[in-house]
Amino acid sequence: MVDELRPEIPAGVLVEDGEMVLNMGPHHPSTHGVIRLILTMDGEVIHTVTPDIGYLHRAIEKIAEKTPYYTFMPFTDRIDYLGAMFMNHGYAMAVEKLAGIEVPRRAEYLRVLADELNRMASHLIFMGTMTMDIGAYTPFLHALREREKINDIIEALCGARLTYNYIRVGGVSFDLPPGLTGQILDFLDGYEVFLDEFDRLITYNEIFVKRVANVGIIPADMAISYGLVGPNLRASGVDYDVRRDAPYSVYPELNFDVITGDDKYGSVGDAFNRLRVRIAETAQSARLIRQVLQKMPTGPIMGKLPRKLKLDPGKDAFSRVESSRGDTLFYIVAGGGNSPHRLRVRTGSFTALSVVPEIGQGVMVADLVAIFASTDVIAPETDR
Amino acid sequence: MEAPDIIEKLRAEFGDAILQADVEAVDPFAVVQAERVHDIIQYLRDADDLMFDYLMSISGVDYQGIVEGDPLGVVYHLYSYQHRHTFVIKAQVPRDDPHCPTVSDLYGAANWQEREAFDLFGIVFDGHKDLRRILLPPQWEGHPMRKDWQEPETILGISTVRKSLRERLAEKNNG
Repeated sequence: MVDELRPEIPAGVLVEDGEMVLNMGPHHPSTHGVIRLILTMDGEVIHTVTPDIGYLHRAIEKIAEKTPYYTFMPFTDRIDYLGAMFMNHGYAMAVEKLAGIEVPRRAEYLRVLADELNRMASHLIFMGTMTMDIGAYTPFLHALREREKINDIIEALCGARLTYNYIRVGGVSFDLPPGLTGQILDFLDGYEVFLDEFDRLITYNEIFVKRVANVGIIPADMAISYGLVGPNLRASGVDYDVRRDAPYSVYPELNFDVITGDDKYGSVGDAFNRLRVRIAETAQSARLIRQVLQKMPTGPIMGKLPRKLKLDPGKDAFSRVESSRGDTLFYIVAGGGNSPHRLRVRTGSFTALSVVPEIGQGVMVADLVAIFASTDVIAPETDR
Repeated sequence: MEAPDIIEKLRAEFGDAILQADVEAVDPFAVVQAERVHDIIQYLRDADDLMFDYLMSISGVDYQGIVEGDPLGVVYHLYSYQHRHTFVIKAQVPRDDPHCPTVSDLYGAANWQEREAFDLFGIVFDGHKDLRRILLPPQWEGHPMRKDWQEPETILGISTVRKSLRERLAEKNNG
């Protein structure tokens, strides 16, 4: 009877004598969606971590093969619902590169504006949930309060608060409404005050720093080998940002700093640096938004598009976009018809999760929660 | 380094294993023999003036209707943090017996991406230590991203066919 009730241990997990198996997830508050981590443990110390993913697999890549190029855009929102704007942008860039479509300059500026607002919103969610997973509830509410203001701005821009479908192939769907510039500037002014408050409340709080510093250190060579991207990579000390080093859109015309991890508190590549890098990035995003609002030219927001895309079968192109979870690659192989023959999306969460088994060995369960939270993995992006 | 130079270096090193190269394409690429993929990518990673240390993506592709013989394909997108250049390697494997050497010993990132290509396309990566399904449940049959995949009427006991409203109403009224 007892044996019947015992949950099945999936293939790939080897249990040795004296080890206990613990299922963390699929419905665990700190797994941000449905991800299952199968832990083999000796007491409180973890021997192996085996992630089991796919609970949120919606076959988005297969849907793309049956959907016309332009019509597929709303599906890209669902790849990463916290950073939907980047997925719009990446897919649009891949199609534009493939078909040679020109994008008007005003649309490019609006794209960067939307991207950076979305980056702030996504990092705010991260700042909130990371601290909440560690056990501090108040900063979560502070972060979400600020995010709400961004949601209001984006709602005024495109009518949606989460799955935007704003960036389209060839441009963007709506122009900046009158009066929104003032609202954005007001928000940015308030954001500086918020960041200062947040830093004093939690980031450099001694208890918090002791809890996350030196936890889950990812050395730079491991980060590169495992294909970690974005803030996770930069926290490990690799000075790389797609926006600066493989530039797209109008990023070359704008000034911003690339933030990397340091060992002022803790050491390079630990959970604390992954949080600190993201917090500092939101300040850079604010800087970018101010420049965009200043420099934005007038003009059309939508380029000239053919009614139907006719591409040579087998022609392919890929695009890279720096999403809030790092370098995201869209790879399209064109078929004879009006829809992609194959769409591939390589997301930042997918590779970030694959490094967890490596760094999760020998740590305590409570530290695994901190490591997992600090990598900013979200389930829809790993599973697609 | 620019794409023509990379292709030239590959040709000098591997000769016949480079089946086709295109520098005019949107993203320059080289098609290589599937059996030599591991050696070629190891060379690309380790040569001093290439140093492709970042494996951006491994994509399975079904070339049905695009390439003669309807093979499956594996596409490797590579990038170098050192030299800031990028290159694409493509390999083609036969549909009925798709085998390709693994690169998971070269890049940590390859482990899961090869599992994904195996899961969705059924491409077997020889030498991979833990090649099992990753996104789909282990009981799943077939590889659904292949173009010749037919959706069965039930998957894992769940019907994939949705009856029309008229039929469902009739069933409700009768039952």
